[in-house]
Amino acid sequence: MAAPADLNIDHVAQLARLALSPEEKARFARQLGDVLHHIEQLSKVDVAGVEPTAHAFPVVNVWADDVARPGLPVADALRNAPAQRDHMIVVPKVVE
Amino acid sequence: MSSELFFQSIAELSAALAAGKLSSVELTQAVLARTRAVDGRVRAFNSRDEADALAQAAASDARRAAGRSRGPLEGIPVGLKDVIAVAGQPLTASSRMLANFVSPYDATVTQKLKNAGAVLWGRLNLDEFAMGSSTENSATHPTHNPWDLTRVPGGSSGGSAAALAAGEAIATLGSDTGGSIRQPAALCGVVGLKPTYGLVSRYGLIAFASSLDQIGPFARTVEDAAIVLGAIAGHDERDSTSFRADIPDYRAELSARKGPWRLGIPKEYFGAGLDPEVGAAVERAVAFYRAQGCEIKEVSLPHTQYCLDAYYVIATAEASSNLARYDGIRYGHRAAAKDIVDLYFQSRAEGFGPEVKRRIILGTYVLSSGYYDAYYLRAQKVRTLIRQDFLDAYREVDALITPTSPVPAFKLGEKSDPLAMYLCDIYTIGVNLAGLPGISVPCGFTAAGLPIGLQLIGQPFREADLLAIAHRYERAHEWKAKTPEL
Repeated sequence: MAAPADLNIDHVAQLARLALSPEEKARFARQLGDVLHHIEQLSKVDVAGVEPTAHAFPVVNVWADDVARPGLPVADALRNAPAQRDHMIVVPKVVE
Repeated sequence: MSSELFFQSIAELSAALAAGKLSSVELTQAVLARTRAVDGRVRAFNSRDEADALAQAAASDARRAAGRSRGPLEGIPVGLKDVIAVAGQPLTASSRMLANFVSPYDATVTQKLKNAGAVLWGRLNLDEFAMGSSTENSATHPTHNPWDLTRVPGGSSGGSAAALAAGEAIATLGSDTGGSIRQPAALCGVVGLKPTYGLVSRYGLIAFASSLDQIGPFARTVEDAAIVLGAIAGHDERDSTSFRADIPDYRAELSARKGPWRLGIPKEYFGAGLDPEVGAAVERAVAFYRAQGCEIKEVSLPHTQYCLDAYYVIATAEASSNLARYDGIRYGHRAAAKDIVDLYFQSRAEGFGPEVKRRIILGTYVLSSGYYDAYYLRAQKVRTLIRQDFLDAYREVDALITPTSPVPAFKLGEKSDPLAMYLCDIYTIGVNLAGLPGISVPCGFTAAGLPIGLQLIGQPFREADLLAIAHRYERAHEWKAKTPEL
């Protein structure tokens, strides 16, 4: 199992789209190092031939009838939008 | 039980309402007045809408007068953890990210409580996005334990537990991902039930770790928990993990199921770290069941020591994925930013608090390329073994008895280290990993007067048995007669 020293916090924060201050990076790296050190216990468990569990009671093939039903009115759906105009959400320019 | 209305049970109050001795408006006014009197100290609520509650109460009284009472919850004020959507009401998850969010629709449990005639009352505080064990991670304010205001109420559903214990609601709902109903119930001296995964719809619950999250009730008595569970349980086509299970009349089954039961004591749950007073109280409860003719067997759940580690890999991985939706675009906090990518980074930096950021980082790491197999996949395999431990034990016993929390309520600010806080959940998280039902029932007080919780763990979708076992203990003990002095 990977050593806690492998936690490259800049890389992970980049993946998570999360800006961290230098102080947060230092603090989280130390705290998560402790947590990861604890988690390394998992490497002691013999999991050969064991299937992973994603859900305790997996429900498979959940089908719904293909019936049109009323959805959320546009005004309600946009009620929490940070910025909106003409029934659309306004965002910063994404193409140059 | 106390004669004050706000400390009475649903069973007592619904009888008084049905007999015409009390109106829902009177009851709701008593709860509102109590909340005004004590919440400045307890601080269980994020927001509350008195006019809305009184309007619901008046509507309930009108239904009853017209002979259209909807059952035992008709006219009863029920508080909701601030991760459960109520149309037109705030929904913050105690996060800056959702400080101004208003729910556009009802959660399924909300709709079901409305259908049952309940008066929905207030938005209750929690650790931000339900991540924590003390409610200190709330971005709004910490909640205080009604039994000792210098101590935490537990978490993450600390507001739900504290509000009930303080008489600010007659019942409440919380959510439990690793113990977030049972642990605060134990620390605040009330009943808290985490149902089997899939029994209660998660539609309209803000997602933390989707394979672990379940909504459940806080109540003064096991009977009240049975009443609320009966109202909120059941299949929901809007939650694809919702299970098609028969929903018995949990309340009627309390006395119909008489036992005696075979009860297992998992030896791994009574080791180092268990407070002696908590351990002694649980031992006395075990002795009670033995005296009732129950067969008590020591059992082993050999992978218990790995529960915490598997949980913090799986829960943070799922959280990092679930919380990716908070990007500042469609709803939630949006930071001023120079371009779209910067907007994501800055909105999340400003919107999330420290514990949420830590868990997003950890969850992203364990899912990242090169580490997925070593951490996430391995944790899921260990989860299989943990679940199998429980299923093996259930070949010999009907339910398990453990402490709920290793310690009673601790001081605000006492656990500043994340790992120390995570260890609060060592007796509760295995239940979530295995998807089982678990209930915390008051089982006494420490010498310092702090509540102690007994955890009973049941078999999948057999809440009726679990509640009956808990009820047997509760009705022979008078812990609930004691209420906090505020």
